[in-house]
Amino acid sequence: MTDAARPGEVPAFDTIAAFFAQALAIEVEAAERYALLADQMEVHNNAEIAAIFHKMAAVEAEHHSEIARRADEARVAGAPANFRWTSPDGPEAAAFEDAHYLMTPRQALLLARFNEERAVLYFEAIAGAATDPEVAALAAEMARDERSHVMWVDQWLEEFAPDVADWDDDADPPVNSE
Amino acid sequence: MNMIPGAAALKPADYKSSVKPVWCPGCGDHSVLLSFQRALAELALPPEQVAVISGIGCSSRIPAYTNCYGFHGVHGRSLALATGLKVARPDLTVLVASGDGDGFSIGGNHFMHACRRNIDLTYIVMDNRIYGMTKGQPSPTTEPDWETAIAPGGTGLSPFHPLVIALASGANFIARGFSGDIGGCARLIVEAVRTPGFSFVQILSPCVTFRPDQQRGWKDLVHPAIVPETDDPARAARRLMTDDGFNVGVLYRGRREPYQPSPKTNFAPSHLESEFTV
Repeated sequence: MTDAARPGEVPAFDTIAAFFAQALAIEVEAAERYALLADQMEVHNNAEIAAIFHKMAAVEAEHHSEIARRADEARVAGAPANFRWTSPDGPEAAAFEDAHYLMTPRQALLLARFNEERAVLYFEAIAGAATDPEVAALAAEMARDERSHVMWVDQWLEEFAPDVADWDDDADPPVNSE
Repeated sequence: MNMIPGAAALKPADYKSSVKPVWCPGCGDHSVLLSFQRALAELALPPEQVAVISGIGCSSRIPAYTNCYGFHGVHGRSLALATGLKVARPDLTVLVASGDGDGFSIGGNHFMHACRRNIDLTYIVMDNRIYGMTKGQPSPTTEPDWETAIAPGGTGLSPFHPLVIALASGANFIARGFSGDIGGCARLIVEAVRTPGFSFVQILSPCVTFRPDQQRGWKDLVHPAIVPETDDPARAARRLMTDDGFNVGVLYRGRREPYQPSPKTNFAPSHLESEFTV
């Protein structure tokens, strides 16, 4: 995982519609990414981690629904305005390269925590830079929502002991050329 | 409020099939798949107007995971299949997926001649510098000193330079991306599809199982190309010959007209059968 303290370039939003488009896309992307990670873990028989990623996907989908409800006035025919799919990844999207087929629950939750923390920093940065007070207020509210997710993940993390040193030992490793 | 009616009618998820990828968790190909889907959404191409053709290898599984027409072909022959399809159905947008083994070794000759013909195809090669599916043998792009039990002391062979070969052979668009930048790769694929003729996009896509050392290393090594894209083959040649292998972005965009023979009208299967009559 890269440095969580760097939220990247702070985007400016001219309208509430543009802000909601971005916020909705972030939640869609985060939910889809967790669902894809869950699929990967299911394919590789790591059911415990698949369940964690499914739960995270559900949380993000729920957050998306809440934002979509609030964004209703800013949308037309159900489509958010001004979002391009070639934009960089959103701050809440888990990086695929951080997954491992033997990863532990603790590692999965730390990955989730990292994403939530990055989302907090992202929305706080928008709130701090926005010139439109309505955008600033919404961004601050989003940051608070994401902060509550961080705290929820922290509570969940307490259920798991630190990883053992040989967590990635595999009695039948894929690398058979050695 | 600034609203755009009908915007984003197609989403990346609309191009996702119901088949779950079997790639290793952490593999760069997962990200390339998302880049494919994002690019198709950005291009707003109806799935029934797109075909994804592949050969053999980890990367060549992409057609199964993409919700459009697809063909998972034989080793190294993806470009031959795609060429036939595009000639017969110029109305389709044809993307071709391959890896460094499938594309540059087994299919190396097809690669050169696809560049030369300049048919309007987008060729995306997921390059992890290894044969991953067959347990980690060195590929054409493997570094000469990369040591493994299969190649003690390394191969000692100069790596294949696909971008140089593509330029010399006549490709009309040449770019490189890194799988860790999903949006960036999607942009390159969009540009490649929009540029007429043969477009070649090399995507550095680490193999986390057989070359986990690359995972972190490539992320730190890739950098945007420091000079803007060019349409001058001579300038592009100088750039590519001095390339460190980690410049990402559009590196060459030429002006060659694509080759597109007109398909015969009123073509019946009996015509095809007659070609095989001894």
